[in-house]
Amino acid sequence: MADPFPELEEEPSPQRQAEGLKTLRLALWGVVALVVGIGLVAMLAPDRSPQQATYADLIGGPFALTAPDGSRVTDQTLKGTPFAIFFGFTRCPDVCPTTLSRMAALRKQLGADGDKFRIVFVSVDPGYDSPADIGRYVELFGTPILGLTGTDAEVNAAVKAYRAFYQKVPTNGGADYTIDHTASVYLMDASGKLQSIIAYDETDANALAKLKRLVG
Amino acid sequence: MIRITLAAALLGSTILLAACNEAPETPAATETAASVIAVTEPWSRETAEGQNAGGAFMTIANTGTAADRLTGGSTPVAGRVEIHTMSMDGGVMRMRQLEDGLEVPSGDEVTLKPGSFHVMLMDLKQPLKAGETVPLTLTFAGAGTVETQLVVKPAGEMAPGMTHGEGGKPHG
Repeated sequence: MADPFPELEEEPSPQRQAEGLKTLRLALWGVVALVVGIGLVAMLAPDRSPQQATYADLIGGPFALTAPDGSRVTDQTLKGTPFAIFFGFTRCPDVCPTTLSRMAALRKQLGADGDKFRIVFVSVDPGYDSPADIGRYVELFGTPILGLTGTDAEVNAAVKAYRAFYQKVPTNGGADYTIDHTASVYLMDASGKLQSIIAYDETDANALAKLKRLVG
Repeated sequence: MIRITLAAALLGSTILLAACNEAPETPAATETAASVIAVTEPWSRETAEGQNAGGAFMTIANTGTAADRLTGGSTPVAGRVEIHTMSMDGGVMRMRQLEDGLEVPSGDEVTLKPGSFHVMLMDLKQPLKAGETVPLTLTFAGAGTVETQLVVKPAGEMAPGMTHGEGGKPHG
């Protein structure tokens, strides 16, 4: 006689039911483990997300410029010592002296550690600032600062390597110019890799903490 | 200690200069001018040889009844004088010449300071040395010319009377 309810025959025995529950429990734990795993990955991700890694890797890179004494300075010759690099020009009335003197003051606050990093100033106005001019300019700040510039092409390559910006702006009816430029200080570690950036409007306390990390 | 004394001396000298500027005999205002201009604490930053421009900062008060406008000026140490403004835009410093000058409303004052408005001394004929004073004649649309003496301070100075390298964060 045909069973009118064939599915009932499929109903598991208590033993099979227990095994089923065990399987279900394992499966659920598997789901829990998966969810926790995804959560952990999501939490840890910011440290190694492609975006951040790319950002740090994007800034800095090959450049070749000339020091006040005429010697050549490149990303390779700077390797081995962390450095703080800033782009500007000597006819900059405000941001450049403010930033360089601030770096000098912060270096003093670091005490003995202040000697563990270089301050590098790159003039983006090579048509006006000769390497010797830049050497005299950086001496105003009472601390060793490496003043650099180069040909237009060399300066442009360095600016591009740091994803920085500068642009000449006409003044005096086009007879003269001033220069808009990035006002941030890039902190590069001993391997030449970006560690952090000091923004112009950042507090001295923040900037000092970043420098401590740079030389630590 | 020396620095503090120096700062005090500089501050003292700027106050004296301010007093000079506010004295009635200064050509701050004519009888017909409706604006009355007083310039206090004019200062500039030291420059290096080959650095042919410098910024000058000060407070300009207008106690008159009409608005006035700082349009330019002259100084024996520079080829020309421009009025500029500065702003930060996404990490980029932008400086612009104020072609129409800088307005000083009546009954108000405008402070020219790092990170903001400044007078640019262009084509410097000689470096500005810390501790020196430099004559600067300012030209106003209403009040005419106003004579000032810029006190030259160290390159890193942020404000008149402040000591070098201290303070919380850059102004502006």
